[in-house]
Amino acid sequence: MTDEPVASQQDGWVRLHPLTPLLRGGRFALLLVAVVGQQTLRDSPAEAVLAVLVLGVPLGALGLWIAWRALRYRVTPTELQVESGVLVRRSRRVPLARVQAVDVVRPFYARVLGLAELRLEVVGASAAEAPLAFLAEDRAVALRSALLDLAAGRQAPVEGAPPPVPDRVLVQVPTGPLVWSTLLGTPLVTAAAVLVALLVLLVLEPAEAGTPLLLGLPALLGVGSLAVRRVLAEYGFTVAESPDGLRLRHGLLDTRSQTIPPGRVQAVRIREPLLWRRLGWVRVEVDVAGYSGRGDEQDATGALLPVAPRQLALDLVARVLGAPLPAADRPAPPAARWRAPLQHPRLAVGMDDRHLVATSGVLTTTTDVAPLAKVQSLRVTQGPYERALGLATLHVDTAGRRLPGAAVPHRGRSEAGELLDEVAARARKARTAG
Amino acid sequence: MTEQPEAVWRRPDPALLRLRRRLATGIVSLPLALASLWLLVRQGPAAAAAALALAVVLSGLLQVAVQRRYAAWGYLEREDDLLVRRGVLVRRTSVVPYGRMQYVDVTAGPLARRYGLATVTLHTAAAATDASVPGLREDEAARLRDRLAALGEARQAGV
Repeated sequence: MTDEPVASQQDGWVRLHPLTPLLRGGRFALLLVAVVGQQTLRDSPAEAVLAVLVLGVPLGALGLWIAWRALRYRVTPTELQVESGVLVRRSRRVPLARVQAVDVVRPFYARVLGLAELRLEVVGASAAEAPLAFLAEDRAVALRSALLDLAAGRQAPVEGAPPPVPDRVLVQVPTGPLVWSTLLGTPLVTAAAVLVALLVLLVLEPAEAGTPLLLGLPALLGVGSLAVRRVLAEYGFTVAESPDGLRLRHGLLDTRSQTIPPGRVQAVRIREPLLWRRLGWVRVEVDVAGYSGRGDEQDATGALLPVAPRQLALDLVARVLGAPLPAADRPAPPAARWRAPLQHPRLAVGMDDRHLVATSGVLTTTTDVAPLAKVQSLRVTQGPYERALGLATLHVDTAGRRLPGAAVPHRGRSEAGELLDEVAARARKARTAG
Repeated sequence: MTEQPEAVWRRPDPALLRLRRRLATGIVSLPLALASLWLLVRQGPAAAAAALALAVVLSGLLQVAVQRRYAAWGYLEREDDLLVRRGVLVRRTSVVPYGRMQYVDVTAGPLARRYGLATVTLHTAAAATDASVPGLREDEAARLRDRLAALGEARQAGV
């Protein structure tokens, strides 16, 4: 089943897949069930409940169908145009040059029907970009290619063009390490410790255990469910190289395919929790510019590699950024020990002409990489304690949403000034060269 | 580099200092003085004298803080970027390259408008950029905004 072209216009406007109202109706159905549930709780006569259903279902279906008919989109050489809304008509134009990444998301219920959702990460958007949901899977993939081609200035392929070059898989994360790494991750380990403490309390002082259990169990369940969600979201994580850019595919129930065109990576963070160090595992997170206020964006984990051996991760990062990372070979001055005694051994910075690398962290070693061509602004801050010790902190700001850039904490006053000059000069060169 | 000679930094207009001093007096000193008066009526001279002394000390400290905060604010237009420094307890210096400016805001609340002042704020694609200069005379704010906009456009670098 292909998308219906809008019959009245021949200039390229297309509607979403006709099954969209059915999928959208899922949410409405849940609402209806909630309402009905309320009613029955109050022992209303059966007629009232029936009335709600008889009225609600067709009304809801009609509303969704009208909304589907009213939404249409079109791809021009420079923009993606989306018109929607019935009472309030809304016309949105997304300049393709500002597209930072394109995701194809296949929620479980949509995958069953062969449908998918297209999401764009756009820089400078003041509100969350409404996703194009839902399209037929092959149409979504074709649209993604077309959008990325146009965004990169290439000609969009015409319909019926030869199939695209398959992606070249770089890394695939096996399930075993994924599960183990989550079990050994800080949140779960802390939760396990808390659980043990609660159990001990229960055994030794059953009378006193009431309140802590009442407070602790929901929190533990929350942490546990987050961990499960993360494993489900990162299941089968595959990093591949495609003509469009970097392709990240992951997910078990809801699969997601994120495409990051080259040159859109704003910042990279490599995290090495204490418990992973023995196994030599690290986690790599990457960030692109763009606004995303949707709550379910948490499922887009922002991970480039959820878990991988250290050298493999570094090689992949070097490949993504286009150059191997400089070593963080400038340690923090001795005075910083007074300000951050636990972090001091791990505080270091290094840079070359392309990237700045800063390490920090107490139990988790965090390495922040800021591409110098992406530096937005630089800040030096100095709190009163730092001033007394003759220290200052340098912040390198990039345009990412999750990772705000790199921070180089607690350097000597003059060293911070020199670093600032050096980063500013190199960033200027990298900016004009890029 | 954060060690630029004092002379080159440009300051907000002295009217800002006057505005802030008066605000401090109005919001803190006056109510405290009135409270002392009320205490005089209720509790007697000893309590009132103590309250008055407290009021005087607090007001003095506040005025000093206002003065220092004003003196600490400065901006500097260099060849490739704009420097903004501010803060007394926590000192901050921001460097924003012209080519990274996304847009420039000029805002003025009702009080600032009465004094003929405005605040210029720079925005980049990073949320953490916090370069803003308050208390500029309106013509200086307009000049700065136009110059920054022109430079930003001339050197625009994609995100």
